[in-house]
Amino acid sequence: MTSSKLLPLSTEEHAAGNGLVSRRWLLRTGFPAAGAVGLSSGLVQAEELRVPDWSSSPGLDLTGYGQPSPFESEVVRPTLPLFPEGIGDGSGVSFTPLEKLAGTITPNGLFFERHHSGIPEIDPTAHQFAIHGLVERPLVFTVEALLRYPMVTKTCFIECAGNSLFNSFDEAQQRTAGEIHGLIGNAEWAGVSLAQLLDEAGVSPQGKWLVAEGADAAKMSRSIPIEKAMDGDAFIALYQNGERIRPEQGYPMRLVVPGWQGSMNVKWLRRIKVVSAPVYAKDETSKYTLLQKDGKSRQFTYEMGVKSVITSPSPGRELGAPGLYQISGLAWSGAGRITKVEVSADGGASWAEAMIPDQTSTRALTRFQLPWQWSGQSATLMSRATDEAGAVQPTREAWYEPYAANQLFHQNAIQVWAVSHDGGIRNVYV
Amino acid sequence: MSTSKFGSKLILAAVALTFAMPLHAQNLGQVVGEGDLANWDISIGRDGVGLPTGSGTSSEGSAIWSEQCSACHGENGKGGPAGDLVGGIGSLTSLEHNKTVGSFWPYSTTLFDYVRRAMPYYAPGSLSDDEVYSIVAYLLNQNEIITDDAIMDAESLPQVEMPNADGFISYWPVANQ
Ligand code: HEC
Repeated sequence: MTSSKLLPLSTEEHAAGNGLVSRRWLLRTGFPAAGAVGLSSGLVQAEELRVPDWSSSPGLDLTGYGQPSPFESEVVRPTLPLFPEGIGDGSGVSFTPLEKLAGTITPNGLFFERHHSGIPEIDPTAHQFAIHGLVERPLVFTVEALLRYPMVTKTCFIECAGNSLFNSFDEAQQRTAGEIHGLIGNAEWAGVSLAQLLDEAGVSPQGKWLVAEGADAAKMSRSIPIEKAMDGDAFIALYQNGERIRPEQGYPMRLVVPGWQGSMNVKWLRRIKVVSAPVYAKDETSKYTLLQKDGKSRQFTYEMGVKSVITSPSPGRELGAPGLYQISGLAWSGAGRITKVEVSADGGASWAEAMIPDQTSTRALTRFQLPWQWSGQSATLMSRATDEAGAVQPTREAWYEPYAANQLFHQNAIQVWAVSHDGGIRNVYV
Repeated sequence: MSTSKFGSKLILAAVALTFAMPLHAQNLGQVVGEGDLANWDISIGRDGVGLPTGSGTSSEGSAIWSEQCSACHGENGKGGPAGDLVGGIGSLTSLEHNKTVGSFWPYSTTLFDYVRRAMPYYAPGSLSDDEVYSIVAYLLNQNEIITDDAIMDAESLPQVEMPNADGFISYWPVANQ
């Protein structure tokens, strides 16, 4: 974040209330080292530059697998067990620390986790994957065999349907952007088309659904409409961001169903059974369903809704002196591309359109950015995304309208950050 | 070095042979009999397809419950640290809704499927099919869905009417309001 002295905005640069600057200005000037708005008046005198120790002798040796700088040791996934110790060890979540990252790709070691019974330690040479049920030829594949198929590559997010669970509480929780919205990660996955493998097994005409099942102790299982595979969309990922997927992401293989509930992207995939109807597994009846006020529950709500969050500034990335800042955040939709992200600095009274450098990515995280001339007064920051299907992110109040209290699956409400005059930032509901 | 006439003929022959082999899709899966998948094929359909032979009653299940489940799910399926499995019937429209097997789960077959695949938490797969039927009978009985003497097996279990069977609205492929 850059900050510099406060200057009045011209009408052309002004985009919305409380200091939001037009994205056109950002496009014209690039990063505001100088410019009408960001011009810094009194330049500070730096001290004489010294040659540091690391420039005076050879550095460390080569390594087999590189690690982040020790100075980045605080960039880690906050972890949250979901049960008391000894009751459900290994059933829990860890959050992608969204506010500590830039760009759109989630590093493999920081990609969120949700396990229902820990991480199995799978020997890939002993792992087998079966396709059976309503097929002509039940088949078993080794990992080695799958690696010989043509590879499909896709960059997409996986989001837990329970993401933003901390915003399901009646009172706003004081947590970071990652702790609230970090049950999402975005990666380039490479693997084998599921349609190709199903074709090899020969799906019978009665085969309408797939049951995907993991090799973990929970044997996580979900029913998936066969269309999701046959339209060429679902695939079995073997690689994540160029390397073999990590144990906590399903090593040696996981299912990827782009844009759909995270738990359908079954990890440690061991079996796909072709069936004629869904099996109504525990995690598509008891969990991952949404109870309405009228006592009925929504089921098979697969697609993850349009959503965005401002990651900077945000709790833990507080503001310093008044002046020019770059509001930056992430937006995504399970329906496809993000077409618009609007930002408000006055609690939704006025909105300005943010810049989206990459509008082509579909069902993937995209970055938005907007300059903001912070006056040093309190402000209420919000972002609101629109996707290519025309869906607009709702307010929290509007989202909860049909649902019973504390429902948390698919919650995609607008995040509100309250900025105080000292630059502190709090999670608030409006 | 020049290629001899003989050498180039060999190469040509090899090329011809390669193209003579019909090019199939990858086909690297090994054919397996459904019987060989028995240990893995643990999915139970809503109609009961996949339910194994065996049976159990609530009183048989009660003893197994105390030994294998109550520490985490409570003495009678209520109040344990891993969540209630009993009670809450009729609570779904109230502010204090309690989603349990009895109040929320639409199908009894899901209970058999889940307990057999994943419970008890630290030793999934350790219960016999008779024991799973018994525990399922126990939980359904605690929820006052089946009588004390009801026998649960592959025939009877799928026919159990769960209180919230009509409580779900499918959103696939479209919202079925
Ligand atoms: C050591 C603790 C422990 C024991 C013992 C245990 N469970 Fe569980 N149970 C859990 C945990 C933890 C979960 C949640 C797992 C998850 O995150 O998906 C769970 C989930 C369940 C659920 C799903 C609950 C829901 O509402 O979705 C059922 C049903 C269940 N257990 C039945 C049993 C039965 C039957 C036994 C005995 C055979 C048993 N459990 C023994 C810890 C335990």
